Amino acid sequence: MSTSFLLNGKPATLDADPNMPLLWAVREVAGLTGTKFGCGMALCGACTVHLDGKAIRSCITPLSTVAGRKVTTIEGLASAPAKAVQSAWVKLQVPQCGYCQSGQIMSATALLETNSAPSDADIDSAMSGNICRCSTYTRIRAAIHAAAESIKA
Amino acid sequence: MNTKAREALRSTRRDFLKTAGTAGAIALTIGFEWSVSSRRAFAAPVPGTGTAFIPNAFLRIGADNRVTVIAKHVEMGQGAYTGIATIVAEELDADWAQIQVESAPADAKRYANLVFGTIQGTGGSSAMSNSWMQLREAGGKARAMLLAAAAKQWKVPVADLTVEKSVVYHAPSKRHANFGALVATAATLPVPETVQLKDPKDFTLIGHTAPRVDAPAKSDGSAQFTIDVAMPGLLVALLKRPPRFGGTVKSFDAAAAMAVPGVVKVVQVPGGVAVVAKSFWAAKQGRDALNVEWDESNAEKRSSAAIMEEYRHLADQPASSARKEGDAARAIKDAAHRVSASFEFPYLAHAPMEPLDAVVKLSANACEIWAGDQFQTIDQANAAHTAGLDPQQVSIHTLYAGGSFGRRANVWSDYIVEAVSIAKAYGADGTPIKLQWTREDDIHGGLYRPMYFHKLEAGLSADGHLTGWRHVIVGQSIMAGGPFAVMIKDGIDPTSVEGAANIPYDIPNIAVDLATTKTGVPVLWWRVVGSSHTAFAVEAFIDEVAHAAGQDPLSFRRNLLDKQPRMKAVLELAAEKAGWGTPLPPGKGRGIAVAEAFKSLVAQVAEVSVSKDGEVRVDRVVCAVDCGTPINPDIIAAQMEGGIGFGLGAVLYSAITLKDGRVEQDNFNSYRVLRINEMPKVEVHIVQSAEPPTGVGEPGVAPVGPAVANAIFAATGKRHYVLPLSKA
Repeated sequence: MSTSFLLNGKPATLDADPNMPLLWAVREVAGLTGTKFGCGMALCGACTVHLDGKAIRSCITPLSTVAGRKVTTIEGLASAPAKAVQSAWVKLQVPQCGYCQSGQIMSATALLETNSAPSDADIDSAMSGNICRCSTYTRIRAAIHAAAESIKA
Repeated sequence: MNTKAREALRSTRRDFLKTAGTAGAIALTIGFEWSVSSRRAFAAPVPGTGTAFIPNAFLRIGADNRVTVIAKHVEMGQGAYTGIATIVAEELDADWAQIQVESAPADAKRYANLVFGTIQGTGGSSAMSNSWMQLREAGGKARAMLLAAAAKQWKVPVADLTVEKSVVYHAPSKRHANFGALVATAATLPVPETVQLKDPKDFTLIGHTAPRVDAPAKSDGSAQFTIDVAMPGLLVALLKRPPRFGGTVKSFDAAAAMAVPGVVKVVQVPGGVAVVAKSFWAAKQGRDALNVEWDESNAEKRSSAAIMEEYRHLADQPASSARKEGDAARAIKDAAHRVSASFEFPYLAHAPMEPLDAVVKLSANACEIWAGDQFQTIDQANAAHTAGLDPQQVSIHTLYAGGSFGRRANVWSDYIVEAVSIAKAYGADGTPIKLQWTREDDIHGGLYRPMYFHKLEAGLSADGHLTGWRHVIVGQSIMAGGPFAVMIKDGIDPTSVEGAANIPYDIPNIAVDLATTKTGVPVLWWRVVGSSHTAFAVEAFIDEVAHAAGQDPLSFRRNLLDKQPRMKAVLELAAEKAGWGTPLPPGKGRGIAVAEAFKSLVAQVAEVSVSKDGEVRVDRVVCAVDCGTPINPDIIAAQMEGGIGFGLGAVLYSAITLKDGRVEQDNFNSYRVLRINEMPKVEVHIVQSAEPPTGVGEPGVAPVGPAVANAIFAATGKRHYVLPLSKA
């Protein structure tokens, strides 16, 4: 069975079990491996992608639910907030092992796309679903603030 | 076991025998071997770069001017790739923008960790310390050869040449050439016997901040981890393991698993039953459907609470002595004041963000492995043994590891051996198979930081002097049962007592004892190893003793550190930067702790808020670190920040517990780790030092727990003795 949707701005038809989580469809069928597997239960955020612009956990989202909708993965980030987040990530040297960072960046981008000047409390509530075992949290927070500043400038 | 694999493991053990206590001598030997084997440079065609200049095992310079540094250590977040490249580029005077890093193949001859002897591997926060002179020399010799090449081409004296950012200049004739233009000539020249290394005052990269080589690829999703390996015909395997440690397969029925579309084969291996499928999803559904009956006759069936109860009793029995000076028992008995406490530490999972995984392509006479490999030559030997091949027939591609914290460094090579045994059972027909662990596999999977019980007693004189110190540690040995067991002397596994046997405080009567236990629960080093528990026990207890003596915990420690000037200095630096002694509002408290780990010294001051219902929030941690010559200050700061968060999550929330032998936690809902809303503000202060560099990957973890516990006491007047603190 196949499911059609917009993947990173382009029409995509993936031939896979409609119950397969979007995470595995994107990784193994579409070959986009930037989105990561961390827990399989929406507990760690490593698999975060955007569905119609909102951050969702692709590990618990069946492929069938995205039919006809718009999915963006780390590979398809293009908005000004996204570019600001990614460049702040490099500038502030956020990543250590890097495995969770695609998910962190997707959550941070979704935050900045709806809230251009997030407070620390906003960051806590948008980002507390994304675990980083290297604990790069202080830099994630600083990079989100820096990205917000750079968009404003 | 295959003969050559057995030889490889035996030589590993021999090397450990040699290294025990004589790491310096071995390092010299290997340095010598390395320089002999690299006496001759060579040119080799490298795809895409034309002919490359390969002066030694650690770098390659292309005609395109690119400098490729070969990393013998895995990059698992700690910044090893950037550190390694920094050392080479510094002595080479290379342009940082032209540097790229490539992982080395498994080869103990060229790529041994000089701290481990002749094993290639990463651990013990040793990547920088063991590479320091080796890579400075590698970079310096290559630079000398490039200069000699320019001198030869231009017929000018070497002394008139200078180098800056990969360009060689001859000022008198206003000539210059980039490295790429010199590689063809340089490759024909002899490697110099010796080289003059830079005066540290001339460093332009070391001590400054070179940006991480991996940051861009880790910010756009392009960094390649093992889970991302794709190749034609690749299959995915999930392994069903016994629900209790020590269980084995009695029988299984593959029918339901085979009925799942995409499942290709179900195979039994020593570790359980594997479902091999065309996708992760099919393998997962197949494993869920698989019926296995387990033989649990030799399985561990006790609860962790029962094991801890046994440890409490063992703490009062005779044990092995790790340190004995004076007569601690007598000093404590005769003391004017006595203080005692005991501490309980749970099993801990490493829980790296990338669940364990390995890709294996096994055929009749070759085994190719892709993994975030941390113990390359041990894994190579174990893979060879499992496959029935010679170690030389096993090649390892070391990829970025999505965290490890010690988990991928184990002498049993558990996840690699599983993957190889599945590929073998599948038919060893060259089909690439990716073994993927799930998070539940990881949390249930053992090789935990051991559970420990600590009992401490101290004696104080009437005027508040510490006269006696007795410390008993009860718990499993990490090194027993593998090649590292040769490090166990007189019943003392050094990793059980490090941070306790070598406490820095000047106390006239000290006894540190160890009772080593055995359980069916497999254990392993976990970031900062022994100091993950000993630093807590020592630093929380010394704080309690300071209060019993009626003294400020900072000055009490300082008075006992006259013979440890570097440690005293980091303690004072952290205290000063944290504003030690300045008042805090009610409900808040400040605590201090200091620890040495892997020869680096770290002191931290934690500030906490405790709510009326006892909820602890860590607001701020001020950290001072002395790690010798700082190679990359920003990475040092990042490792301290990360170490603090990693340690804090464990101290506040994490525990693996067993009920009748079954692990009670499954995923991040029940195995709780730190999240961003729980992360304190962190300030890091680095001591300027000209000593040789020591590690930073682990030491930052050690003091945070006791600093927080001491801060909770300062805020509430209550001490906690059972970890995690949220359970107390």
